[in-house]
Amino acid sequence: MALIKAGKRVEDPFVDASGADAIPPSGSVIVSLAQWQAQRDALLARGTPLGIRLHSDQSPEAIADDVQHFAVMALEFPKFRDGRAYSYARLLRERYGFKGELRAVGDVLMEQLFFMLRTGFDAFDVQQSPDPVAAFETALKDFSVWYQPTGDGRPTAMQLRHRRR
Amino acid sequence: MYRYDEFDQQFVAQRVAQFRRQVKRRLAGELNEDQFRPLRLMNGLYLQLHAYMLRVNVPYGTLSSRQMRQFAHVARKYDRGFGHFTTRQNIQYNWIKLAEAPDAIADLAAVEVTSIQSSGNCVRNITSDQYAGRAKDELADPRVYCELLRQYSFLHPEFSYLPRKFKIAVTGSPNDRAAVAIHDIGLRMHKNEQGEIGFEVLVGGGLGRTPYIGQTIRKWLAPEHLLSYVEAILRVYNMLGRRDNIHKARIKIIVNQMGIDKYRELVDKEWELTKNGTLKVPDDEIERINAYFAPPAYEKLADRTAELAALRKDDRRFDRWMRGNVVEHKVPGYAIVNVTLKAPGRVPGDVTAETMEAIADLADRYSFGEIRVNHRQNLVLVDVKQSEVHELWQKLVALELATPNLGLLTDIICCPGLDYCALANARSIPIAQDIAHAFTDLDELQRIGHFTINISGCMNACGHHHVGHIGILGVDKRGEEFFQLTLGGSSDQRASLGDRLGPGLPQAEVPRAIRKIVDTYLTMREHDERFIDTYRRVGIEPFKASVYGADAEAHAA
Repeated sequence: MALIKAGKRVEDPFVDASGADAIPPSGSVIVSLAQWQAQRDALLARGTPLGIRLHSDQSPEAIADDVQHFAVMALEFPKFRDGRAYSYARLLRERYGFKGELRAVGDVLMEQLFFMLRTGFDAFDVQQSPDPVAAFETALKDFSVWYQPTGDGRPTAMQLRHRRR
Repeated sequence: MYRYDEFDQQFVAQRVAQFRRQVKRRLAGELNEDQFRPLRLMNGLYLQLHAYMLRVNVPYGTLSSRQMRQFAHVARKYDRGFGHFTTRQNIQYNWIKLAEAPDAIADLAAVEVTSIQSSGNCVRNITSDQYAGRAKDELADPRVYCELLRQYSFLHPEFSYLPRKFKIAVTGSPNDRAAVAIHDIGLRMHKNEQGEIGFEVLVGGGLGRTPYIGQTIRKWLAPEHLLSYVEAILRVYNMLGRRDNIHKARIKIIVNQMGIDKYRELVDKEWELTKNGTLKVPDDEIERINAYFAPPAYEKLADRTAELAALRKDDRRFDRWMRGNVVEHKVPGYAIVNVTLKAPGRVPGDVTAETMEAIADLADRYSFGEIRVNHRQNLVLVDVKQSEVHELWQKLVALELATPNLGLLTDIICCPGLDYCALANARSIPIAQDIAHAFTDLDELQRIGHFTINISGCMNACGHHHVGHIGILGVDKRGEEFFQLTLGGSSDQRASLGDRLGPGLPQAEVPRAIRKIVDTYLTMREHDERFIDTYRRVGIEPFKASVYGADAEAHAA
């Protein structure tokens, strides 16, 4: 397991407490939706960077008005075939204005990284072995042509055709 | 025809390279089968009983002679010399080796054909009317919008891991030849009160084990909003569609569980926020694509000449074929010629490499080098001069491609069945062949008139049995194959699902049952009524009595 950001392996400054009974008293933590909803005031009062981890059946609509409180949003892929988080990522980026780190967690594999990048993820808890950084770089180079506009700003084939005129 | 520009070209080349790597990783054991399966499916590679099957798209059913020749090449080089045209304007090869699949796909990409998303839980090949751009009854060429959707759907980052497969069909004509009502999204072009062209949008149609006819989610949609509206439908589905049970994962299930009104409300709420955004289709993009579908250089020709009439009068066989397989063209002096792949005894939809090349040659000689594929597993030459139709007919006769049974009882849709498919319960091909052998008298077929028989070897319904006038479904009862008949199905603009006739029949009894149904129809029909209309008028009982008679009880017991 390795956290990849901007093509590099990085240390994770956050402790994922979303599955834990108790949240560590200090430091940067990632909490679950239930923890956030139950302990919202206390979590905000900590004054430390905060993250939230959403299951694939938890739409970010539930926290649409709270996105500014989070430095990290971790969206779960329980199986790589479960594609709900692709939609959630786009909503967070393009509709709810989330500017922090959007982290893909769970069954995160090389062959899907490209889709994650395009929908707005910028951090990847890659399960790939042996070399997650190399896997990331390879996946990134797969395509240079995109047909669909998403919030990542990459120009689509249609837009490029127009500019050329 | 649409031609790839440098963007399309590069995209497809990159896709081939990516798949080559994925296959290499699989063969090296870096990907397990579970991880590899969706990747190969989204490249059209499907594991069957005996080998991998490669399913290749014929986008909206339009094909060039060059592409058809490449199909022949792929059949020879990577398969056993033939291919199978399906109900979704695809061609399937049944004997592909995994290690060779990337080469086959690369060879297809060289002629601008792909297998991208011909399988998998993603947006599949966009299908359409085989007469698009040529039919007298259409409002506008639907292929422009199909091509927009094709590009939009290819490797969509948000919708490549949907709960289940997703099929879209478009018709530009009020006479629906694309079966849009049995698709996840069906688009029916029509004019609004201001006379502007747009689409009625149907959602939630589909066959399989829980068949539904699509329901209208929007009465009229302006073409500029096509992509944003489709995206709204897909997004709601992607977030809410069931992921816990593969049999309940299609959009039809959620639409019918929550009701069309609720689904519409969710889609509209989503669409309101995106409709004027980046997905709005600029007019000049529609024009750019439209230019590719410009009609060929037609000559000014005399329509329905005395010569043609004389040829028909002189030769009954030619006349019969003209009446059955040739359709009116919107340009005077031209004709649409259907090339039926349903000669008695042959496997519906199967074509050998030699025949593919012969058809490509005929397309070059008689029809501006273009070939169409319809969803009933036939091919079409859409731009034939009426003055050359007789000559073309003679050549088709020599190739055994002129059986004049288009739209008749032996123009059967049939899935590959247990002869190939891992999912099948029964062999569907022999049933199709038995029926074709039982009805070889062409005069009789013509007297019986318009009829569709659709055969599926299992409840997944690849042979569209629910929407055949007669549907035949293969089932397995304690290791024995039985065939369940349904009556009254239809996939046109008045789409309906067939009603179950009675207990399943053994293979040997099926042709006799069809005969009894036909006889009952002939005695009950009024004037020139089609079978489906008679059925809708009189109901199932007379047919049930004719097939099961006094032993209905015995069969049931």
